[in-house]
Amino acid sequence: MSIVSASLDHAGRPDRALNADALAADARRESRGLLALLSPGLFLVFAVIIVPIGWLFWLSLFDETGQLSAANYARFFEQASYIKTFVTTFKVAFIVTGACVLFGYPLAYMLSQLPRRAASICLIFVILPFWTSVLVRTYAWLVILQRKGLVNSWLIDLGVIGQPLPLANNFSGVVIGMTHIMLPFLVLPLYASMKTIDVDCLRAGMNLGASPAATFRQIFFPLSLPGLASGVVIVFVLCLGFFVTPALMGGGKVIMWAMRMEQTTSLYSNWGAGAALGVVLLGFTLALLGLFQWLLGARATGVWSQR
Amino acid sequence: MSVENALPITHRQRLWLYTLGGLVMLFLIAPSVIIVIMSFSDSTLLQFPPQEWSLRWYESYFGSVEWRDATIVSVKVAVMTAIVATLLGTAAAYAINARTLRLTGLINALLTASLIIPVILIGIGTFFLYARIGLNNTLTGLVIAHTVQALPLVVLTVLSGLRSYDMNQEKVARSLGAGRFSAFFQVTMPQIRFSIVSGALFAFITSFDEVVVSLFISGGETTTLTRRMFNALRDQIDPTIAAISTCLIVLSIVLLSAAQLFGRER
Repeated sequence: MSIVSASLDHAGRPDRALNADALAADARRESRGLLALLSPGLFLVFAVIIVPIGWLFWLSLFDETGQLSAANYARFFEQASYIKTFVTTFKVAFIVTGACVLFGYPLAYMLSQLPRRAASICLIFVILPFWTSVLVRTYAWLVILQRKGLVNSWLIDLGVIGQPLPLANNFSGVVIGMTHIMLPFLVLPLYASMKTIDVDCLRAGMNLGASPAATFRQIFFPLSLPGLASGVVIVFVLCLGFFVTPALMGGGKVIMWAMRMEQTTSLYSNWGAGAALGVVLLGFTLALLGLFQWLLGARATGVWSQR
Repeated sequence: MSVENALPITHRQRLWLYTLGGLVMLFLIAPSVIIVIMSFSDSTLLQFPPQEWSLRWYESYFGSVEWRDATIVSVKVAVMTAIVATLLGTAAAYAINARTLRLTGLINALLTASLIIPVILIGIGTFFLYARIGLNNTLTGLVIAHTVQALPLVVLTVLSGLRSYDMNQEKVARSLGAGRFSAFFQVTMPQIRFSIVSGALFAFITSFDEVVVSLFISGGETTTLTRRMFNALRDQIDPTIAAISTCLIVLSIVLLSAAQLFGRER
């Protein structure tokens, strides 16, 4: 900053001050120092994330005999089992995202309307699960939903059903478990954006004779859409690559994308095919996030800074 | 910004909203509460509410060498990760906050990459890399992999602390003759220490709860608690896991409260 003011006179013509060189050297030293502070972190990320993923990408371009080919990708369109995996994954992602919107929007709305103190107490109910291990929460749902689990034994005791409902180890178990895990990822950004909506806009609407419902529909809801969009994108993207819950609650019947990757690499040691799956998954993820950022000019990763 | 009385809508008119919100809150908290209660059950069957109470599942957790070893591995890795990630993350946040470097977009993208890239891909990639450099099934490998995942959280937390701090204070200290490091440690750090501590706690819990990457790169002597839990859950539902889960939930509550407390004092 000081270099600029020192090297330009009032008319904006270059006019080197006596200490310009010293200042420039100082600024360079400063930059080098900052870069040195950044480099260990950047190096780790580069070495542990970027290099292996680049390597896998490279591997995905070769078939089993080492020939350059698109076989690893062509397989996705040819083999029914892959197509089934993709269909299942997108189906789960759409249903879970929809359920999160359905449950998350009213909760975020309520939180945004409560007085600060009450809201921060209620927020604990969102933040605590957010920071509880995914494994613990999946285990809890297994206990609740399994054949002899809580829900089934209660319903049988009450005489509502005669036979236990198949709730866990199938599609519905995966959807319920994942909805629970994804919900905070929708509520937190949505709540943050709802807090920024100016109450005066709502009051003006009501002063002009709009009913509470009309005020909500015509003013509040449209203003909350950017926050909703960022929640929806982050939940959908996380669903696409989610592993733990489908692996434990799918009963081996619900094979999602990430499970397929794990099986292909660990079980069959087919790195090319597994890598190709990863590349396409990453492509989807980045495309969705990129589209979102381009449309709304916001970063979906903001959820992690809003605890 | 209290919204409550601003609109001419009574609490009664909002009753349906409170009911709905309350139900969703119940949905969010119920699983944890149920697990905590069931961990004190005396029965091998998972009944709720339990008929008899006992601590047998805690005894079975603390009495088992396998579970204890796995817990020790997880604690070691989480402590190391918290230290390394906090050091690297604070340094990186400081550099980003100065805003004089070019390519900040690229730097931010790299540092937050592990939040965006699907964890399964990070797991497979790390395993693939470690297989070649011999870091699979080592504590060092786990610490490095977890540090990369915890780094963005530390950077974001410390950065938010630095944003509410006036960097001119450090400049004043330096103009008065303090060196770069003593200016940071004597002037800046005392004022952002709460965000640094919060960041460290988040790093600890991120590492301690991490499952997917650990599934790939830990094993044998370095099996983490989460990996052992995952494998146990694949076989059958052992109530010991309820006791372990309760410990993990308590740990989360303690660390979160600490982070909140530090956050408020900022």
